[in-house]
Amino acid sequence: METNNQPLDALRDIKALMERSSRFISLSGLAGVFSGVFALLGAAAAYWRVNLAPWAVRDNDTPFGTGRIVHIDTDVASFLAFDALLVLIASLAVSYYFTKRKAIRKQQPLWGAYSKHMLMNLGVPLLTGGLFCLILFFHGLIGLIAPATLVFYGLALMNAGRFSLQEISYLGLSEVVLGLVCMLFLGYGLIFWALGFGLLHIVYGILMYVRHDR
Amino acid sequence: MKGIIHQLDKAFESRIRLGIMSVLMVNEWVEFNELKTLLDVTDGNLASHISALEKKGFLAVRKRFLGKKPNTSFSITKEGKSSFEQHISALENLLKQQG
Repeated sequence: METNNQPLDALRDIKALMERSSRFISLSGLAGVFSGVFALLGAAAAYWRVNLAPWAVRDNDTPFGTGRIVHIDTDVASFLAFDALLVLIASLAVSYYFTKRKAIRKQQPLWGAYSKHMLMNLGVPLLTGGLFCLILFFHGLIGLIAPATLVFYGLALMNAGRFSLQEISYLGLSEVVLGLVCMLFLGYGLIFWALGFGLLHIVYGILMYVRHDR
Repeated sequence: MKGIIHQLDKAFESRIRLGIMSVLMVNEWVEFNELKTLLDVTDGNLASHISALEKKGFLAVRKRFLGKKPNTSFSITKEGKSSFEQHISALENLLKQQG
């Protein structure tokens, strides 16, 4: 009640509440770390299964190749799809678990105006990217899928970052840059994927954990 | 010193009212239940503070039905915004004098 005597406390309360109510601060760094580890495992499995990813095959006409391959084994394709799906589900599950845990500690409801804003801003560019990549696949431009996923994912994160922790925006920017570099070296999609979805998630996850989770 | 204390709005003396205003400053419309969780208060407590702020003309109330459930949201009025901003700057001035 006695806010008159403690202007500092009052101002601190105001700032904390403004942050807690408008930004989704409950995202856990550990979720990023685990998702990154899953992505690395998934990439390793893909590497092992196809023994140097199929999109390492390059056209000889251009310096870096167009990444276009005309034929991909249905066997290999379905293994890769299953692999990616498994990584996605495991990452979502572990993110949900850690985020819920942190939300309880931060007294922030999981489903509020901020999380709705964040998911909308994340979802629209992400869905666009997903459809874009399906169309690339349809055209047989498989080599372009890795850079496209990285770029769209990065843009989605930069968009959502405004409603969450600042690190999310920086992670997004890093993914975009990596995606563009990947576009220059088309034969190496799997390596860039492992860097973007694996390493970057782990690095930023640790950063977020150190700064906000403890 | 005394002048500044007079600038502090009595309407914002309680922590809960301060909290309500803080949340509404950065959000367009906030539901009753969301406010309740954010501020960690009981229904009755929150309702009484809200009606006090509403009487002052600081809050706008929107009642509607989502399916069969009544749903009440609040937003800050222009008057509420300027009063709260004044209150914050008064707090800051007070802090400067203390420090």
